[in-house]
Amino acid sequence: MTDLSMPQTQTRSQSNTSKIALRWLLYVLLGLFALYYLMPLFVMLTTSLKSLEEIRTGSLISLPREVSLDAWKTAWSGACTGIQCEGLRPYFWNSVLIAVPAVFLSTLIGALNGYVVAQWRFKGANIIFSLMLFGCFIPFQVVLLPMARLLGMMGIAGTIPGLIFVHVIYGLGFTTLFFRNYYVTIPSELTKAARVDGAGFMRIFWSIFLPLSLPIIVVTVIWQFTQIWNDFLFGVSFSQAGTQPVTVALNNIVNSTTGVKEYNVDMAAAIIAGLPTLLVYVVAGKYFIRGLTAGSVKG
Amino acid sequence: MAPILDINKLYKNYGATEILKDINISIEPGDFLVLVGPSGCGKSTLLNCIAGLEEITGGTLSIGGNDMTHVSPKDRDIAMVFQSYALYPTMSVAKNITFGMKVRGVDQATMDAKLKDVASLLQIEPLLNRRPSQLSGGQRQRVAMGRALVRDPKLFLFDEPLSNLDAKLRVEMRTEIKKLHQTLDASIVYVTHDQIEAMTLATKIVVLKGGIVQQIGTPAEIYNNPANLFVADFMGSPAMNLIPAQASNNGSGTQISIARETGETLVLNDARDLSLPQDVILGLRPEDIAEAGFRAGAGVQEATCMVDMVEPAGADTYVVSELGGKQVTARLHAETSAQAGQMLNLAFDMSKVSYFAQETGERLN
Repeated sequence: MTDLSMPQTQTRSQSNTSKIALRWLLYVLLGLFALYYLMPLFVMLTTSLKSLEEIRTGSLISLPREVSLDAWKTAWSGACTGIQCEGLRPYFWNSVLIAVPAVFLSTLIGALNGYVVAQWRFKGANIIFSLMLFGCFIPFQVVLLPMARLLGMMGIAGTIPGLIFVHVIYGLGFTTLFFRNYYVTIPSELTKAARVDGAGFMRIFWSIFLPLSLPIIVVTVIWQFTQIWNDFLFGVSFSQAGTQPVTVALNNIVNSTTGVKEYNVDMAAAIIAGLPTLLVYVVAGKYFIRGLTAGSVKG
Repeated sequence: MAPILDINKLYKNYGATEILKDINISIEPGDFLVLVGPSGCGKSTLLNCIAGLEEITGGTLSIGGNDMTHVSPKDRDIAMVFQSYALYPTMSVAKNITFGMKVRGVDQATMDAKLKDVASLLQIEPLLNRRPSQLSGGQRQRVAMGRALVRDPKLFLFDEPLSNLDAKLRVEMRTEIKKLHQTLDASIVYVTHDQIEAMTLATKIVVLKGGIVQQIGTPAEIYNNPANLFVADFMGSPAMNLIPAQASNNGSGTQISIARETGETLVLNDARDLSLPQDVILGLRPEDIAEAGFRAGAGVQEATCMVDMVEPAGADTYVVSELGGKQVTARLHAETSAQAGQMLNLAFDMSKVSYFAQETGERLN
């Protein structure tokens, strides 16, 4: 008995060691990748904390000898974009004023669209959905001129509502796609049961579908927020002085320096401009993955 | 009394495909109507048409004497139980049950009272605060029924409500649905593909195939006098024996000849004077073939047959033999001494025979 069992235990422990070795290899590889991707952030962060003097004399990847937040202060409220020297602050708020309503509206309308397309299969529902889906693939450049004309006709060219409008319209393809794919997995019997119970179109949406939608709402909000916050092309095309979003302001700060290039200010400004999206991912990232992989709703 | 549900010349098409053709059904208050048929026969579509969840292409439909052909589901005074239960996942059991009343603006006191009644009727009081995901299949089933019962509608619609349950629970719930029907005296339309469910629950059965009504009748009528070969084969388990045979009139009755594999002919006499065509299909239920000596009556005739297979099923023993090129099942008592490969004297109750036309499959007697 013992003789027979010996080789078995041996192979088991062997496979165990190789398993552990593989695991470590995996961790090391992942660690290297993480380092590689974190390098730029590291350089940005350290540079933003250095003084100009230190940047000129020191190495790119060395830690700051003296930590100074001056560059951050300048980037936030003193850096010049063209002739104005108010820093990123006003533009940061512009971005908030654009992104928050645009994300809210595009998510809400996307949810309604998805609900209609997935659960109320009217004639031509599939064609309409396909057309909306097609909207996801239209390059930004193509819509710039017609959109400018449309905004002009509506009298909201160069305004924040105008930018909200553009982002809502452009986001609908994606938000509809997200919600439609999520709602399609919900059995249509749920809608039928509610209809027999006497609930109407909106009642079913509010009372039954929206409460089910948290995972996909998180996904959509993250997606839309990232898209809208990071957008540059629409921001630069459809804004005017005073309504520019933070991305455009960042570009102006970096490009409109006179004399010495203030790398530390540029870096700090770049981090400030990217911080909200970073924050959204850190806070809601796990829901993002969960929501993307969420299958049918059991119950 | 006016019929509670009256379906008149109902047609339903999806594009060019006809799903339901010329459906005419009428049921009285208190009836338990079961729509039964193989999958794809249109029975669920018909139920959805009754509920108003599907627009009908032609014909009329009235519930409780009111024309409901184009009325929306919420105004039809119906309640429906779905195959997947369709409980609202984010609501508690209590909220699931009262949702319909809440939508209709019923006041809180009435809602509470009705909820209490239904919960005690279905014995789900301890579950009222749970979510559907925390319930077992049987409990979900009860809640789904509670949601329908609380509405106290003119007509209940059940769409295969038991098909997601395991075999034991299914039988239990079947009994409970039957009890509920008796205590509440409710009018019910019930869809199932399970012919045993149909037989046990129904006061009236509609057999559907390919969107066409094959037969409407009481369970006994459907079982004893199937209208055609499809109904004969579909209803009953084990299925009715359908044996090709030759018929001739012998003066006092009908003489039936069945070819046997040995080459000789089995001749049976039916005392009834039926004018049958020469080629017929003889239909005889397994329980109408017994071991010789265990069945008496005017129509009983004995014949010796070769036993091909013996299947003990506990309460009965099924014996399979070959007649007219078909496997013929006889339902014998449990203690039979029949053995495969041996000859056995079988008693055929000819008074119970159904005859069908070979070409059309329609019933002849």
